[in-house]
Amino acid sequence: MSAETATDFSAHLPALAVMVPLMTAPLVVIFRNSKVAFGLSLAAAWSVFGMILKTLMLTLEHGGWVYELGGWKAPIGIVYNVDTVAAFVMLIVSGIGALVLSYAPMSVAREIPENRQTLFYSAFLLAMTGLLGMTITGDAFNVFVFLEISSLASYTLVAMGSSRNGFTAAYRYLIMGAIGGTFILIGIGLMYMMTGTLNMADLAERLPEVAHTRTIMASFAFVIVGAGLKLALWPMHTWLPNAYTYAPSVASAFISATGTKVMVYVMLRFVFGIYGTEFAFTELSLGLPFAVLGLGGIYAASTAAIFQTNFKRLLAYSSVGQIGYIVLGMSLATVGGLAAAILHLFNHAIMKAGLFMAAGHINHQVGSVRLADLEGIGRKMPITMGLIAIGGAGLIGVPLTVGFVSKWVLISALAEQDLWWVVGLALASSLLAVAYIWRFVEVAWIREPAPALEHVTEVPFWLWGPTAVMMTLSIVFGVWGAGTTEVAMEAARILLGVAA
Amino acid sequence: MTAQTAILLTMIIPLVVAALVAILGRVASANVRDTVMVVVAASLFPVVMTLWPEVTAGGRPELIWVEMFPGLPIAFKVEPLGLVFGMVASFLWPVTALYGIGYMRGHHEKHQTRFFFYFSAAISAAMGIAWSGNLMTLFAFYEALTLSTYPLVAHHQDEASLKAGRVYLGILLFTSVAFLLSAIVWTGSVAGTLDFRDGGILSGHVHGWHVPVLLGLFAYGIGKAALMPFHRWLPNAMVAPTPVSALLHAVAVVKAGVFSVMKVVVYVFGLDLLSSTSASVWLMYVAAFTILTASLIAMTKDNLKERLAYSTISQLSYIVLGAAMATKAGFVGGSMHIAMHAFGKITLFFVAGAIYVHTHKKYVSQLDGLGRKMPLTFLAFGIGTLSIIGLPPTGGMWSKWFLALGALQAEQPLLVAVFMISSLLNVAYLLPIMARAFFLPPSEETAALPDKDAPWATLVPPLISAVGCIVLFFWADALRSLLVPVVGV
Repeated sequence: MSAETATDFSAHLPALAVMVPLMTAPLVVIFRNSKVAFGLSLAAAWSVFGMILKTLMLTLEHGGWVYELGGWKAPIGIVYNVDTVAAFVMLIVSGIGALVLSYAPMSVAREIPENRQTLFYSAFLLAMTGLLGMTITGDAFNVFVFLEISSLASYTLVAMGSSRNGFTAAYRYLIMGAIGGTFILIGIGLMYMMTGTLNMADLAERLPEVAHTRTIMASFAFVIVGAGLKLALWPMHTWLPNAYTYAPSVASAFISATGTKVMVYVMLRFVFGIYGTEFAFTELSLGLPFAVLGLGGIYAASTAAIFQTNFKRLLAYSSVGQIGYIVLGMSLATVGGLAAAILHLFNHAIMKAGLFMAAGHINHQVGSVRLADLEGIGRKMPITMGLIAIGGAGLIGVPLTVGFVSKWVLISALAEQDLWWVVGLALASSLLAVAYIWRFVEVAWIREPAPALEHVTEVPFWLWGPTAVMMTLSIVFGVWGAGTTEVAMEAARILLGVAA
Repeated sequence: MTAQTAILLTMIIPLVVAALVAILGRVASANVRDTVMVVVAASLFPVVMTLWPEVTAGGRPELIWVEMFPGLPIAFKVEPLGLVFGMVASFLWPVTALYGIGYMRGHHEKHQTRFFFYFSAAISAAMGIAWSGNLMTLFAFYEALTLSTYPLVAHHQDEASLKAGRVYLGILLFTSVAFLLSAIVWTGSVAGTLDFRDGGILSGHVHGWHVPVLLGLFAYGIGKAALMPFHRWLPNAMVAPTPVSALLHAVAVVKAGVFSVMKVVVYVFGLDLLSSTSASVWLMYVAAFTILTASLIAMTKDNLKERLAYSTISQLSYIVLGAAMATKAGFVGGSMHIAMHAFGKITLFFVAGAIYVHTHKKYVSQLDGLGRKMPLTFLAFGIGTLSIIGLPPTGGMWSKWFLALGALQAEQPLLVAVFMISSLLNVAYLLPIMARAFFLPPSEETAALPDKDAPWATLVPPLISAVGCIVLFFWADALRSLLVPVVGV
């Protein structure tokens, strides 16, 4: 965007998108009324979504721009780096956040004590603030700041679950998350030592001169491991299953769809935007370990998912597996591979948010998501089960769902590099998804309803409506995958610095 | 009605029926639901037939829906081969639906609404396969067909049908994801397009041993064609209610499989590529092996439906063989056999189910003398038998004729012998059923049955399809002249 349009009001939109939830969060607490809290949060989330949609359209039309916070120039002030990639990821965060919030009140009323509900909404908004800030900022230290905002808010969200296991899950999440955050901070600190700047663009410029020092290599290792921990890169995923399982349904849906996704994006920014493809992939050959860890994650976590007895935990393991596909795409360091990774951020976010929301339906009506308690529930809650079937089909990668679009782009990217055996492994792995989804389908549909479920009914529209929107999106973007694919391609080109 | 509207309607009508069934199943009586279903279903065939004049005149009506990937849309294009499959499926659907009503009620099956819902949804997927304009579209609807028929196979919800359902889903999904999708990616990466085009898209892009390997990925990736050794799912699925068997064996599922193989051979590889590289010789012999082995297994089966299932596996390989021969007559014969076998085999399954509902007999050895009790039913069975064997005055004769001709064109006289031996095997496992029913004295149990044929809802459908077998004998030339332009004569 040219200098003259940058003074236009719309140039402020990305900054405003971060400020709105940040300001609404304390406001929500002040009122101490869960209805008001919900209303404010919802209004904030949807307005943020609108701003980001506009931002994305602007970046697609005119290219990105640099936004100086408070008008301070780069080395002193903090800048926001507005481009298609960032806008796309922010769109995921705000879109999922807004839809999940639309669904929240009934689920929150059921799962969280009345006196903590306002705090829940507040933490939700803070988590959203952090995730949005991390995405947009052009300042390495600022990434860490927002990372901590979102992480602390997420720990709180997880701990608010109705079961006591939530506390231990949150504690473990906190420990692992803190380690990850600290590692990232150390990595950033080492870079600062060598270059004297925290601005990402300046870092990228100055790093090549000192790239061969041990300090920078160490910083690279710290950042990769730290970000890997936070994005649940197998085998550093151990915090994730419990956190997702015991968190309140609303929190599970939001965090699972956005938390790890933004971390993937941060990793992309650091690896491709700061260290550079040359350094990371040619000199330090990050490709191979990423491919191995990605494939390892796909197989290990998807296999683990088959044996779960709790539906939410099954979904959580599936998430670890799906992150494997993203990492596998990244490991290629080609436009196709990165596009596949970015596309899957979006596609998986839709599917997984929808599925966790549907798990929330079950929890709302039955009070449990253990498979043993759900025998024959298909006939009692046909809408919910239909929605789960759509989401499940997406995880398997059935054509006409978003899962297939991701899979196709990933496989085409692998084929482009003549990595046929990886193509085979990636394709075969979808059969594991068939196995874990089918486990649920058989329990829910084929078994006769358990006596305990006799009086269970379908959830009201206010719960299934937003979930249905999510699943509809999964089909819409599955049938019309060209649009999202092109945005992801564009984003990948920006990251790699390649012209179209 | 423009051709585009017709294409869209053929996929929408079954979905409308599915929706009506689901709604009426809740708010109205079973009679209302079933009547509406059959009446609306019967409108599909006329809609398909509106495409006939344009396609026979050489037109290829196209409909591009949405872009699934950049440059890769969900597209439909009606061409002769697809029209044959579309006509078969759309004609047999209401007949099978009518039969399904008779069967499901006569047998007091549960969950009839769910059954008819998925049944209708499967037809929509079959129509999508028939008109698919590129491999991606074909794949999408192929998978949709697998998933929508799973609840039908597992319909009884007992251990046996659950297991059958798992085998069904397991084999079909495994082959399609592991082989077919790989083959599609491979094709796309070398040919730069996934469209079905006259003369194929691979010519000049694949060489040497790549051609037979790619052909193998397609042939085995399309698991619905039940080429040995990936045929187990079909006999397994016999646990499902008989209308499902009719759907699987005649209307949609296996026909979608062999149709896809044929379509890939003609429009992706192109006959010239295969015949000039001899890449498909191995497939001819695998198909020939499947034809003979499955026929031999069929002879050993006493369970009538199981015998018919193995017969289907054998007959499907006729079509695969027709494709693999990569000759003009082979293509015409194989494509015609899609229709001929559908009408013949559905008749046999209808009868097997009618016998089961009416008398609860399911073994061939129990059928002694039953023909005198159920003369019309067995008359239909006789006509179906003739068509499967390939004797006049039934349509099965013509497809076999062209297939044998194709084998000669391919300079594979051995395969002519395979067809002839197979015909003899068909005689050996099908005619004794007739002989038992009409010429052996009835067992005591059979003699005690009342002199009453099957109820009309299970009797009329086999008679319709039996008449269809005879009509196809006289109408075969229309099919031939529809198909011939594809291979350019």
